[in-house]
Amino acid sequence: MTATRTSVVPTASEPPATVPRFGSTERAVHWVHAAAFFSLSASGLALYLPVLASAIGDRPLLKAVHLGTAGLWLTALLALTVGGDHRRLRATRQELERLTDDDLAWLRRRPGARSGRFNAGQKVHAVLQSALAALFVVTGVLLYLGERDTALRFPGTIPVHDACMFVALALVAGHLHLALVHAPTRPALAGMTGGRVDAAFAREHHAAWTPEADDAAWRPSPGARLAGALVLLAGSAATVVLILDTLR
Amino acid sequence: MSDEHVPDGRPIGRRAFFGIVGVGVSGLLWGDQVARLVAKSTTVLPAPVRSAIPLGEGWRIYSVNPPFPRFRRATWSLTIDGLVERPQRLTLDDLLALPAARQVSDFHCVTGWSVDDVRWRGVRFDDLLARAGVLPDATALSFVSAEKPYVDTLTLEQIRAAPDAMLALEMDGRPLTREHGAPARVVMPQMYGYKGVKWVTRITVTDTVKDGYWEQRGYDRDAYVGRSNGL
Repeated sequence: MTATRTSVVPTASEPPATVPRFGSTERAVHWVHAAAFFSLSASGLALYLPVLASAIGDRPLLKAVHLGTAGLWLTALLALTVGGDHRRLRATRQELERLTDDDLAWLRRRPGARSGRFNAGQKVHAVLQSALAALFVVTGVLLYLGERDTALRFPGTIPVHDACMFVALALVAGHLHLALVHAPTRPALAGMTGGRVDAAFAREHHAAWTPEADDAAWRPSPGARLAGALVLLAGSAATVVLILDTLR
Repeated sequence: MSDEHVPDGRPIGRRAFFGIVGVGVSGLLWGDQVARLVAKSTTVLPAPVRSAIPLGEGWRIYSVNPPFPRFRRATWSLTIDGLVERPQRLTLDDLLALPAARQVSDFHCVTGWSVDDVRWRGVRFDDLLARAGVLPDATALSFVSAEKPYVDTLTLEQIRAAPDAMLALEMDGRPLTREHGAPARVVMPQMYGYKGVKWVTRITVTDTVKDGYWEQRGYDRDAYVGRSNGL
């Protein structure tokens, strides 16, 4: 390790100290989601908690932040799906949504369970967060439309939106703990920032995983780039309209 | 790994995703019942804690034009004008000197949340308007909030049919707090909360029914709980 860090050019004979875990599209999806989560939960909590609502008071502004973030969040996710690396996104989704016998053993805390690129806990977390995101969107859209059309009001829209918030905040707290505080799992953070994780860490925690080549050479096709740009443009324009309508 | 390669394992996570989303969507129809049970279970907590935590008292503070109006007792007054024999300008002490009415009633918001068993103290509209003397051709009361441009109208017929309608000055044993409309707000328990104008500074007696703030935005005038606004 030390030799690799101090030498300017690692020699070809040295085994790679890191292995690629996340491509650029996967990382972008993660960070878009993370940034949106913090903006949405901050503005949402300020709208929701009586103490914060009274202290800030500017409900229309908070609503504009909340709705604007939601619009940009969905826009960016859609643009990344359209213009990003489909192959890797699909592979990641399939890995996350499938549980192997080893994963089930991992969940039962059986020793010797071998994880792939994702362990079972990461898979469960991803599935829960995706389901919550879908429910946030469904209930959020209904809250927005219900203000305009009384036929779209349901007695449980706000309670479901709130319940998702409590579960999501608890999950994110655990996620942050494992990524930033808990020493044995902290090396995984590098995979989401730079794309690569320590090779020894990968062997120890993800024994059944064979890392692929990194995606440094991947570039979107001109068509995908155009489609992604169009989605960004249309989504941003729609978000601006949404914000102006909220502040009106 | 080829494009067509599917990783090992069974799509348990995929099924779980659809299951959770399905249960969550069905919660649109029953989530409010659960929320009320949770709110009830927090009554063991002290009142200040309950009012501060989520899922506690259940109040959500809605306003349309920040910041909340600030109440200064020395300068505040309530104007009663329009179709009356003697227009009035009442201080808070004048209001407190009127016959006091007390009640416990539930508060329902049209967006789906409710607060059960709110204790109100205030003045019935008959007592409030007695000194002013309502003229025979009057049909409605138009409430003007210090939070512009919030207004709302209740017809005299609606008020007569609602023995628990009042201009409230206290909530749960304390003077109204700023976010709840200090010092005076309309309480109309049989209707959704948007009919309960906060920070009331003027009541105009009229013979026309003007749309209130939310009614101009499509909400019902007859805002009876459970029988209006699509609910």
